[in-house]
Amino acid sequence: MPEIRTETMTVNMGPQHPSTHGVLRIVLELDGETVVSASPTIGYLHTGIEKTTEQKKWQQVIPLVERMDYLSAQSNSMAFCLSVEQLLGIDVPERVRNIRILIAELQRINSHLVWLGTHGMEVGAISVMLYCFRERELLLNINEMLAGFRMFPSYMRIGGLREDLPRGFHDAVRAFLDRLPGKLDEYEDLLSQNEIYLKRTQGVGVISKEDAVAYGLVGPIARAAGVDYDVRRYFPYLGYDTYEFSVPVQTRGDVYARYQVRLAEMRESLKICRQALDRISPTGPFAIDDPRITPPPKDRVYTEMEALIQHFLIYSQGFTVPAGEAYVPVEGPRGEHGFSVVSDGTNRPWRIKSRAPSLLACQALERMIVGGLIADVIAVIGSIDVVMGDVDR
Amino acid sequence: MSDHAALVASLQQEVPGATVEAAPTVDLQTTIYASRDDVPAVARALRDRPELRYSLLAELTAVDYHPREPRFELVYLLVSLEHRHRLRLKVRLPGNDARVQTVTAVWPAANWLEREVWDLFGIVFDGHPDPRRLLMPEDWDGFPLRKDYPVQIKMTPRASEPLQVTEQEFKANLERDRLTRS
Amino acid sequence: MGLEADFEIPVLTTTVEKMVQWARRSSIWPVTFGLACCAIEMMAMSCSRYDIARFGAEVFRGSPRQSDLMIVAGRLSRKMAPALRRIYDQMPEPKWVISMGACASIGGVFDNYALVQGVDQIVPVDVYVPGCPPRPESLIYGIVQLQRKISQQKLS
Repeated sequence: MPEIRTETMTVNMGPQHPSTHGVLRIVLELDGETVVSASPTIGYLHTGIEKTTEQKKWQQVIPLVERMDYLSAQSNSMAFCLSVEQLLGIDVPERVRNIRILIAELQRINSHLVWLGTHGMEVGAISVMLYCFRERELLLNINEMLAGFRMFPSYMRIGGLREDLPRGFHDAVRAFLDRLPGKLDEYEDLLSQNEIYLKRTQGVGVISKEDAVAYGLVGPIARAAGVDYDVRRYFPYLGYDTYEFSVPVQTRGDVYARYQVRLAEMRESLKICRQALDRISPTGPFAIDDPRITPPPKDRVYTEMEALIQHFLIYSQGFTVPAGEAYVPVEGPRGEHGFSVVSDGTNRPWRIKSRAPSLLACQALERMIVGGLIADVIAVIGSIDVVMGDVDR
Repeated sequence: MSDHAALVASLQQEVPGATVEAAPTVDLQTTIYASRDDVPAVARALRDRPELRYSLLAELTAVDYHPREPRFELVYLLVSLEHRHRLRLKVRLPGNDARVQTVTAVWPAANWLEREVWDLFGIVFDGHPDPRRLLMPEDWDGFPLRKDYPVQIKMTPRASEPLQVTEQEFKANLERDRLTRS
Repeated sequence: MGLEADFEIPVLTTTVEKMVQWARRSSIWPVTFGLACCAIEMMAMSCSRYDIARFGAEVFRGSPRQSDLMIVAGRLSRKMAPALRRIYDQMPEPKWVISMGACASIGGVFDNYALVQGVDQIVPVDVYVPGCPPRPESLIYGIVQLQRKISQQKLS
């Protein structure tokens, strides 16, 4: 009879893994099926975006910044534009603010649909993924209508937007907003009372309220643990204090609570989108009227000399931003994020730092999975909704 | 504490002798500068005093102002959930001696954030429990986000990792793991 | 190949080579190697609107030892390059590589210290699909081009 071995087994959940949401590496020490210790390693997607932006002009940073957290791309570019506009000291027109809110909330729904799809697939409910991605295609159609690009429209610019809303935008968004609540009910039917899902997610990956604040967690993870911190309520921006919506908070802090918070957030986002859509007129100002920042319309560029010079100056050397430092926090799908922008008075940024909520979530991952079973590791990683592009930048 | 004077007075009360200076700001964060030696005590005061209560560490980063001296500026972004207020704490560090005490004991969130600053800037955090690189490969040379580090480098990418055990260790492990039947 | 129509049992005659090529190109199963944003478009391609299953790539295998195709979807950093090579080495022959997106093909928008400027410095690539990220239709076109390439590969 071979003797029974009792030491712990080390398993490497490598950077290439179907369920790690990107390239995250965790070295797990297992005692049977229980996780004794875990040490995550990140950096496998480090792209050096922050160093690359120091060489680009201000408006050229926007596509780079969108690719950091690639699931909340327009939320990223909006946060960057807000920080730079704070340094410039300009205020965008109210119509632009409402359009930005609408796009940010649609982006939140987009990101949560991807989260729900991938999380459902990992836990075993594979049809949820197909349904969520089907709804997401409608949102990508709207993106394509705006700027021709599905995932990274680069529609937000410093000083406003790239161009006016296209014809048919209101109808398309309204059709989507009418369709989604029924679909959300369908997803809840599939998962919320499903015994297998409840067994896999209740009591799993618990983090307490004090730990959440100590580890710097924000967003749905903290709200599922009882911390009701939402930047839209605490430090309102873009006029969010004139909108009516509630912030869903749960207390148990486990995977199921995070699922409930995100589903409720999708419904609240629908409310905000409807209110924003009613306030936006089909045509109107789409950027601030400052000749240094906003390029003139193309028909004037081709006929007037001043407009041609203005266009040339904006696109060849760009505008300069006064020296200083600014950080405007924004509530993204993963929590508070924003860009700490340092300018030295020239037409290129001196330093851009992205506050990444996923980085701190990865750090707290160790706390959540130690003591649980190895099968729960997958459910927990899915529930903290990490995007490795945001973690590694 | 939306008042610079009240904030500085509260800190002076808790940490006597601390050099804290107010700075102008364009966004909604009150900005103060502290000196490098006061950082752990000031951090604890910011978190624990009932009228301050900056319990959430939102960001810990650094800016390289080469060739100006002092070269580095360490930036801590703090949020007080109780009082709905934000603070930016800055610490100036010289280029030739960039070290500061760690604040991991005050805010556990600072663990990875300080590792990242060490990885990208080379600022040493005394007393950090795990001073390793975070984003770059473990054996990388240089600190990429410093201003004298180039953006593009010419280096053939390494396509294989060296074995982490020696040949004798490998054979000894095989022997140890071989099942023995009695 | 010829269809012998004057027997009762319909019979097709062809060469072994054509049969093997048909089998190989009609059931290319990729290994999940999504790195960054392109992975999301790859997932969208495998879902119901752009269904890749009708082209034969039915399942994305988790293990490289059971797959034929590696779609490198996303930006490859220097830290990840050894892992990529190791996954490629673990795949059994015959195997193909599609480099999806601008970052995998040539380094993309990020020409800096942290990224490998093109995965063909690490693994041999069969099809390059440009885009940032490429539309799912582009990637399907890339897979169809790979199928054409396989249908021309000799056996010996």
